Amino acid sequence: MNGITDNGFILGCSAIGAGLAMIAGIGPGIGEGNAVAKALEAIGRQPECKGDVTSTMLLGCAIAESTGIYGLIVALILLFVKPLT
Amino acid sequence: MNLEVHGAKIFFEIPIFGGIPITETIVNTWIVMAVITLICIFLTRDLKVHAESKRQVVAEYLVGMVTDLVKNNMGERFMGYVPYIGALFSLSAFCSLSSLIGLYAPTSDLSTTAAWALMTFVMITYYKIRTNGIGGYLKGYTEPVFVMTPLNIISEIATPVSMAFRHFGNIASGSVVTLLIYGALSTLSAMVLGLLPGALGEVLSHIPIFAVGIPAVLSIYFDLFTSVLQAFIFSMLTMSYIKSACE
Repeated sequence: MNGITDNGFILGCSAIGAGLAMIAGIGPGIGEGNAVAKALEAIGRQPECKGDVTSTMLLGCAIAESTGIYGLIVALILLFVKPLT
Repeated sequence: MNLEVHGAKIFFEIPIFGGIPITETIVNTWIVMAVITLICIFLTRDLKVHAESKRQVVAEYLVGMVTDLVKNNMGERFMGYVPYIGALFSLSAFCSLSSLIGLYAPTSDLSTTAAWALMTFVMITYYKIRTNGIGGYLKGYTEPVFVMTPLNIISEIATPVSMAFRHFGNIASGSVVTLLIYGALSTLSAMVLGLLPGALGEVLSHIPIFAVGIPAVLSIYFDLFTSVLQAFIFSMLTMSYIKSACE
């Protein structure tokens, strides 16, 4: 631990924490992939309801995205607001 | 490489109530509002009963689009919400799109989106109380069993919080990623062009040549697509939450 200031140590750990927080991106990625796959199946089966399916899918994707966005907010706060230093 | 990510700059403070800061967000929101107002005035000047000018056709198309959206998602009962949803959508879309011309997008400030989400929250609560009465509204928290009350309160608060964070996170992450891309590309071009021999490399390595054009491809996704999509999602969520509050 020679040559590392306390502040620098906290900044480095914050950066690692921000990276770990962004693991939250995995869940929404898988979820949105599933949602889009099902929507494509539905459009393939009934092409006439393409508009409804697409707008409902976008809404669902946006809601599924929430957890990923929470992770992103945590990462942004850790990196740029630096609450721990 | 020197990258600086910051929130909205504070221009000056109004010295009442302990100082109200006037930030970039407020100034840019007023600019966007002025632009929207000018567009509205331009589109609705000398209207005729039967559309003669292209301007009027565009205006009728836009109004019809918002009307259809509200009618399909909320039903005939809520037609009074057409102006509100239209205003919310256009303000949100234009605020996010203002980053295209290099302004600080007001929606990448959490205060803006939190204010909009709070408005939605107030409306949801109003309609819930109006539909069920104040007793029914408070009783709704203890459904289905009394033990669930803390969870119900959390889920009630989570609605505006998640709406605000979703809009803010999408726009802010776009601007952060764009900044990182610009930084990386200028470093790359300085490295590659620095390999050129002599004074030529000296001069050229200060010009970020790779940063021309390539970020525009990402900008199509992060600025154009995300802006309009988030505006759409925010108004869709507002509509569906208000509608479900009435049941």
